[in-house]
Amino acid sequence: MRRTAAVAAAKVAAGLSRRFRLGGGTALPGLVAERIDPEIISGLASSLGQGSVLVTGTNGKTTTARLLRNVVHAAGMETVANRAGSNMMRGIASALVESSGWSGGIEGGERKLGVFEVDEATVPEAAWAVRPLAVLFTNLFRDQLDRYGEVEYVADVWRKAVAAWPKLAVLVLNADDPSVASLGKQVTGPVVYYGLEDPSLGTPILEHAADARWCTACGAELSYTAVFYGHLGHWRCNRCGNGRPTPDIAITGVTTDGDGMALTVKLPEGEFGVRTPLAGLYNAYNVAAAAAAASAAGLPVTAIEKGLASFTTPFGRQERLVVAGRDVQVILAKNPAGLNQVLRTITGGTDAEKDLIFFLNDDIADGRDISWIWDVDFELLAGKTRAVTASGRRAWDMALRLKYAGLEPVLRVESESAEALRSALARVPEEETLYVIPTYTAMLEVRDVLARRAGRGAFWEEARDG
Amino acid sequence: MSWLAGPDAALSGRRRAMAKKPLKLRLTHLYPKLMNIYGDRGNIMCLKRRCELRGIEFELTELETGDKLNPKDTDMVFIGGAQDREQRLVAEDLIAVKSKAVKEAAEHDVVVLAVCGGYQLAGQYYRSADGSELPGAGILDIWTVHPGPDAKRFIGNVAVRWDGTTLVGFENHGGRTHLGPRARPLAAVVAGHGNNGEDGTEGAVYRNVFGTYLHGSLLPKNPAFADFLIQTALQRQEKGFRLVELDDRIEEKAHSEAVRIATRRAIIG
Repeated sequence: MRRTAAVAAAKVAAGLSRRFRLGGGTALPGLVAERIDPEIISGLASSLGQGSVLVTGTNGKTTTARLLRNVVHAAGMETVANRAGSNMMRGIASALVESSGWSGGIEGGERKLGVFEVDEATVPEAAWAVRPLAVLFTNLFRDQLDRYGEVEYVADVWRKAVAAWPKLAVLVLNADDPSVASLGKQVTGPVVYYGLEDPSLGTPILEHAADARWCTACGAELSYTAVFYGHLGHWRCNRCGNGRPTPDIAITGVTTDGDGMALTVKLPEGEFGVRTPLAGLYNAYNVAAAAAAASAAGLPVTAIEKGLASFTTPFGRQERLVVAGRDVQVILAKNPAGLNQVLRTITGGTDAEKDLIFFLNDDIADGRDISWIWDVDFELLAGKTRAVTASGRRAWDMALRLKYAGLEPVLRVESESAEALRSALARVPEEETLYVIPTYTAMLEVRDVLARRAGRGAFWEEARDG
Repeated sequence: MSWLAGPDAALSGRRRAMAKKPLKLRLTHLYPKLMNIYGDRGNIMCLKRRCELRGIEFELTELETGDKLNPKDTDMVFIGGAQDREQRLVAEDLIAVKSKAVKEAAEHDVVVLAVCGGYQLAGQYYRSADGSELPGAGILDIWTVHPGPDAKRFIGNVAVRWDGTTLVGFENHGGRTHLGPRARPLAAVVAGHGNNGEDGTEGAVYRNVFGTYLHGSLLPKNPAFADFLIQTALQRQEKGFRLVELDDRIEEKAHSEAVRIATRRAIIG
């Protein structure tokens, strides 16, 4: 009875919040439901007939969860999923409530599989409540420093959590991230590792932004034979012999062109090729992660192949649209390693001079500490840009960083985001590309401005789904 | 909106360089691999840039664990911040391998800049949240106590009053730092928490040793402080040496905007 009341009250709250366009509407129903029935998540999650998968980690949660949902749909099932950014307990509760009928149970629960993107520090609590089939850990970078204090804190939360989950779920771990891979040593239950196998894709040295380059077992400096993205790569400790586990699921080939990537995906059952509009090795990891989680959840290979290929990009993660005859690409910047990959992808294509606009905000969702921009290799852009604009609340900090990178001759500063976007677009020649690189909250502003200018009705829905 | 192109000319610096043997700043960066989490690279980039634009030669030496420091071979020593695990590794090495040399350098008025975790390590000791004590290098007469796992962490923008002007940055520390009689505060807190959130002080100074919690990176948007450090270091080579001015329009704007944001939040929050 309490459950029925909780679901009903939450549904009323959701309706009101939509009706009056209250901010934070996605968390409100969950908050209401949890107040009335603290066990709401475990109660509703247990009626998901196909089980659930949790996706956590610093980078790639949203894109990976989206890829995974496509695989689930390709397998002929339905998903219950929380929305991007709404990844604490109440976001999960909201998603479950939304899928429930007024009687208080999940509608058509036997055909449904939950795919929940979960905040790094929330995952222990979420796993006990949801009892998932699999928990996917993507990677651990340092963009949450000012939120949790230290990366090491999150690593420790994860280690303690998985040690306390005897056979609770299959752990799906990134073999190429030393601090994620080491979680596999904490458990007696099943583990699935994924990674990139083609060393020719990487570089032999760590970029400056690399965080975890110390052995989690003995503290010695790790050595790498290939580095793909930040500290992700083929690592080994020469002192204690701790090393990268062999991945069960791997990307064995990557070819990049103007429309995205062609990937070769290796599963225990065999290999297949997949085309995706996503670009950059960080997205190759997302594809591998989704394939591994799908495999761990027992989804068929045919569905994995079909689902991974049916991907369209969520807005802000890597969205392309046409505004006033210019191609606009919006790419979310979260942390040094991710942004270095983005800059490398942008400058790695043609030799043509690029137009870019950076939006740096410092709200909690962006990371209030902006010192990370000094760890980004903006020097990659020197001599390769026609015009660069710095915008956002910390536009002048960004401008100073870009000055240091030698970009002062092509630099403009405009704090106000709509005006910055307007004048940056006006200076891009027709049919050329403007790269828009915002932090999280800036992305939300940019999205609204671009949506109006592109006149693309469908994409707000797509963004909500992302 | 304005185009902000403009040569960072330092003609007088170059003329000077032609007239006589150029000055040289030898910077020693301690533990760049282990202590690098808060954009400390920006501080090194800033010192290098502000020297080279003035025709001052810049030489960087990076020392990791096990590497020895010769106090006579350096004009400035920098140590940045780290997480607890790295900080422990560094603390051991600092005491065993380097602290004697850093102390000797400090007594000879070599400039030392210690930021965040490096600041804590430069002190007498650090008592962590679980009560265990980590001995420090004893370069500064300060000590730091973490009040416990439930204590509030000091995280946020900081503006402080220093030498008639402001310094601005970001702090992120659980430990509370207190000054002994042989250290004086670097600055007075205008917004933020500073050393301990109680006495309104930020950072510590002993001779030319400067410790602070401010990162962000600290030096690029506090060009007056960066120049003060460079000038102080080079005055050991040439008495009365003065730096020429640079085009700091973007620096000054980044500084004043950051001060505005830090102080506004202080009033609201």
